[in-house]
Amino acid sequence: MDTTKSFWLPEKASTFADAVDFGFNLYYWISVFFFVLIVFLMAWFVVRYIRRRPDQLASAQITHNTLLETTWTAIPLLIVMGLFVLGMKGYWNMRVAPSNAMQIDVTGRKWAWSFDYPKEGISNDTLVVPVHQPIRLRMTSVDVIHSFFIPAFRTKADVIPGRYHSLWFEATKTGVFQVFCTQYCGTNHSYMWTAVKVVTAEEYAAWLEAASDPSKGKTPEEFGEILYSKKGCVACHSVDGSVGIGPTWKGIWGTEVPLEGGGEAIVNEAYAKQSMMEPASQVVKGFQPIMPPFQGVLSDKEVDALTAYIRSLK
Amino acid sequence: MTAHAENINYLKTTRGLKSWLTTVDHKRIGLMYLASILVFFITGGLYAMLFRLELWSPEKNFLTPDQYNNFFTLHGVIMVFLVVVPGIPGALGNFVLPLQIGAKDLAFPKLNLTSLYLYWIGAALAIISLFAGHADSGWTFYAPYSLSKNPAVLWMLTAAFILGFSSILTGLNFIVTIHKMRAPGMTWFRMPLFIWALYATAIMQVFATPVLGITLILLLVENFFHIGIFDPALGGDPILMQHFFWFYSHPAVYIIVVPGFGIASELISAFSKREIFGYKFIAYSSVAITIIGFLVWGHHMFVAGQSEVADTIFSFLTFFTAIPSAIKVFNWTTTLYKGSISLQTPMLYGLQILFNFTIGGLTGIILAILSVDIHLHDTYFVVSHFHYVAMGTTMIAFIGGVHYWWPKMTGKMFNEFWGRLASILVFIGFNTTFFVQLIMGSQGSPRRYYHYLKEFQIYHQISTTGILILATGLFMALINLLLSLRGPSNAPQNPWGARTLEWEVAETPPVLFNFKETPVVTHGPYEFATEKS
Amino acid sequence: MSTATAGSLQEHEVAHHFEDLEQEFESHRFGMWLFMASEIMMFGALLTGGLFLLYLHPDAFAQGRAHLDWRLGALNTFFLLTSGFTMARAAAFAQKAEQGKVRTNLLLSLALAAGFLVVKCIEYKAKFHHGLLPGNAFHGAGFTSPHAHIFFGYYFVTTGLHALHVLVGMGLMIWCLKVSNRVRFTRAYYTPVEMAGIYWALVDLVWIFLFPLLYLVG
Ligand code: HEA
Ligand code: HEA
Ligand code: HEC
Ligand code: CUA
Ligand SMILES: [Cu+2]
Repeated sequence: MDTTKSFWLPEKASTFADAVDFGFNLYYWISVFFFVLIVFLMAWFVVRYIRRRPDQLASAQITHNTLLETTWTAIPLLIVMGLFVLGMKGYWNMRVAPSNAMQIDVTGRKWAWSFDYPKEGISNDTLVVPVHQPIRLRMTSVDVIHSFFIPAFRTKADVIPGRYHSLWFEATKTGVFQVFCTQYCGTNHSYMWTAVKVVTAEEYAAWLEAASDPSKGKTPEEFGEILYSKKGCVACHSVDGSVGIGPTWKGIWGTEVPLEGGGEAIVNEAYAKQSMMEPASQVVKGFQPIMPPFQGVLSDKEVDALTAYIRSLK
Repeated sequence: MTAHAENINYLKTTRGLKSWLTTVDHKRIGLMYLASILVFFITGGLYAMLFRLELWSPEKNFLTPDQYNNFFTLHGVIMVFLVVVPGIPGALGNFVLPLQIGAKDLAFPKLNLTSLYLYWIGAALAIISLFAGHADSGWTFYAPYSLSKNPAVLWMLTAAFILGFSSILTGLNFIVTIHKMRAPGMTWFRMPLFIWALYATAIMQVFATPVLGITLILLLVENFFHIGIFDPALGGDPILMQHFFWFYSHPAVYIIVVPGFGIASELISAFSKREIFGYKFIAYSSVAITIIGFLVWGHHMFVAGQSEVADTIFSFLTFFTAIPSAIKVFNWTTTLYKGSISLQTPMLYGLQILFNFTIGGLTGIILAILSVDIHLHDTYFVVSHFHYVAMGTTMIAFIGGVHYWWPKMTGKMFNEFWGRLASILVFIGFNTTFFVQLIMGSQGSPRRYYHYLKEFQIYHQISTTGILILATGLFMALINLLLSLRGPSNAPQNPWGARTLEWEVAETPPVLFNFKETPVVTHGPYEFATEKS
Repeated sequence: MSTATAGSLQEHEVAHHFEDLEQEFESHRFGMWLFMASEIMMFGALLTGGLFLLYLHPDAFAQGRAHLDWRLGALNTFFLLTSGFTMARAAAFAQKAEQGKVRTNLLLSLALAAGFLVVKCIEYKAKFHHGLLPGNAFHGAGFTSPHAHIFFGYYFVTTGLHALHVLVGMGLMIWCLKVSNRVRFTRAYYTPVEMAGIYWALVDLVWIFLFPLLYLVG
């Protein structure tokens, strides 16, 4: 299907891919050359000069040859300097976003991504972008370092708590492309995936329309259920009663839960909201205080929807 | 001690466990290091086997994600801090260094024993960590992940700190010994290349390890008192922690590999009966790697958010490491030319070093190309790169070195047939395990992944098959060596016909103070031309 | 090892693996210098980190410094520099084989070092009293910088580590005193005093960098 995929490299779908692949392939052949040269010489010498009698001495003792030494110092030096320039050019291009780039905010948390379209007020768990449009991601994390990697776009950057780090790209074809988290971030690091959906300009406009009010035509419970998976609650909370990294949501509404450090709390609107905004303030007994805070991430409407959803889980 | 005690085999001078635990003889200390390092090498290898089996399919087989994360962390920490950094200097360097330069012992024998004890204490703390929960920070201990006050991680940090001390003291001891204890006639350029390599390594141990020490102290303090140096939640800078870490850990990769280069030089020259080609170039290139090695740490942080200018400078400097490495590779190859090559077991490992290091080094250079590294960073490509150098070069050199000096250490010859068979299995197994990782890495498969895309499964399965072959070979080699201990003391003084002091002058096994009288050196370490046949 | 009087001092014996006294002495001295280099790398990294923090949070450093008394710092600088001098004297007398003067100078150095620690304790106590503690324990009043705790965290880590080195240095001085009870120092053999002196020079050196970084700039 994807004709741009090769034995060594994945499908290409951004403007960086050609330059990166050119660098990779060029260097690949340089390496093949040196590797074959060395292994060939090694094998040939071994076969040719193998010791036949136990007391056989070497047929010559050549200790050095300045011309040879200079050559094999100079040639690699020239090659690597060329490689440096090549890599540097491609890299600066990757780091400096064009001025017409469209900005999207990215937040990493254990173990989910969320994407905010500041102008439209949309928040989503996959990245939807128009093709042939430079996009600049302004990324930060609420807990530990994550890293945002799109193999098909040949780009990645760490997502760091306490600061913004950016990354830009321009997709060259439509389709759905895999996103990985590539900085080790704990238990479900290897599940911290999402996708970039590259669509045409028209599809993008239509999507914006629909996405700017995801709750339209839904009851709070239904919307809450969507948020449950979209916002990544699903990574830690079950709705079937099984205990995961966090407590299950099934049947907790109205019950009293024991808290770490003594005391209890009744699961009601206020408690649920508090648990989402400042989870560390009331930690349920028997659990680690690892739930990321959703302050500034969930809107009031979303909090209400989630609360309604939790209440509905009898 | 009677006058004669000095003239008998060091293994027989005194007996009993206590005499070993309190010995200051560098040879015995070397053997104790050897045994300890083997234990941890096997442990680290078993962890690798377990998590590689888990990777047979993308979904859960028999480990949970937490166990998987714990296992690769333990594998990394054990292999780096308990096996490959102390490995060659601690075991082989300790045994061989004084013998090769004609000294009675290292300059500070008691300090040497202290290093070994620190190694054991560090190892014990690492073992405590196994029971204190899941250490899962990765061997890189990146903040803020490592600041969660996980007791297992804290024990690991302390263990690494103590092991760092052990490493500094060993390095210090080696430098002083090489400067001050050489036998008459042992000029700098008559020193075997193994000594040059240990010398360069020791410089890095003494100068880089303290920075690891302070990093680990700061991490511990940060965990307990929340100072706010590395923790962004308190105003600290997690990138600063990475700079600290790699300032040590990049030189550390040369601490790991340079002694292996030294062994390669010894093996290739001895089994070709050939003066090494370009002796001075190889000697100086070890020192050059040391110096350049201090300036390139930032190449681990190309996507970490340091400034673009820093990235560019670090990339530029990194390319210079290719030059001294190229010099070595070409000189070794040329040494084979017109030699009298014998493919005995140690030499089979010697040739593997050349093969594997070429791949490992070449894959390192591609990671230094800025734009390409953005794609390859933290994928299996990097994993493969560093196993080609750390396992494929250093540990293979270690095993080759153990075979080479085994007769000198024990007085016994091992079985050649099994030795060679094992080394061939190791070669096949190692390359099967790690070559496919290059492909899946460049295809975009991230590292430290418990669960992966279905399309990468075939590569993972080949890789896992590889480690089974590799492990078979390694165990075969080990059993072959151990079985020789039960055989007769049949090793001649110089079974390989080498020209360095430990073979030409010292007895097999050496006497308590190495030489019956201080040797006077009259020729270079590889002068096969003057040898009478 | 009974306490010996000046008359019954022994000569030092060369260890078995050295050829002669000179080789032994040079090895020890060289080893000590290498160890110092290693220590310098450690403190160097710590100080570089400090400069970096200063650059990140200049306001925290400025406000933190206002709570340190530079006069106490200067007094301590004086103690250390003077003791550096007396240690150098001790080594010089050791070479001249004047065992008595060696001991006097060692005792003087020891007293100055103890003075340093006393002042340090006074300073620490004041910090504890005002809640100027590292990290979470910090509850100092009157700071506008939200990162003042970093300054005090850094202050305690660096000065604490330095104070630990002062303690080790004092241990070395005591060890020299004990050796001087037993063995005769000569021009050829004064290794212990020389070792302790080199170590003490490091303690001085580190302080010379710490003092301005913590007490003066920012
Ligand atoms: C153990 C030893 C070891 C050695 C010897 C090396 C050697 C080199 N390494 Fe490697 N490296 C590691 C261990 C090692 N490395 C580890 C452990 C990591 C990962 C840590 C982690 O993240 O967990 C790593 C990661 C790593 C990265 C970061 C990748 C990333 O995370 O994105 C980079 C980037 O520049 C790099 C580069 C190099 C280079 C340029 C060399 C050079 O020294 C190689 C030089 C050798 C040659 C070039 C071959 C011989 C020369 C020729 C045959 C001549 C012809 C050559 C040319 C014309 C180019 N290494
Ligand atoms: C430096 C040394 C070193 C060595 C030698 C090895 C050896 C091996 N390593 Fe590893 N590895 C690391 C250092 C090392 N590793 C590091 C630093 C990481 C990163 C961790 C992190 O991400 O934090 C890593 C990560 C790592 C991963 C990636 C995990 C992930 O990202 O999810 C994998 C996957 O395949 C792997 C596999 C292996 C295998 C199959 C071996 C095999 O070569 C092991 C072979 C050994 C045995 C099978 C034991 C048997 C041995 C004997 C019987 C002794 C014989 C002795 C004599 C004859 C003298 N290692
Ligand atoms: C990284 C794992 C994780 C994620 C993701 C997560 N939580 Fe939690 N959550 C926990 C843990 C652990 C606890 C128990 C400890 C505590 O109270 O902080 C918890 C507790 C709670 C509680 C209190 C439950 C009780 O039984 O009293 C609520 C409500 C809650 N989370 C809501 C949410 C919502 C809503 C989301 C998503 C928008 C979410 N959580 C995402 C881990 C997580
Ligand atoms: Cu997030 Cu890994
Ligand atoms: Cu490196």
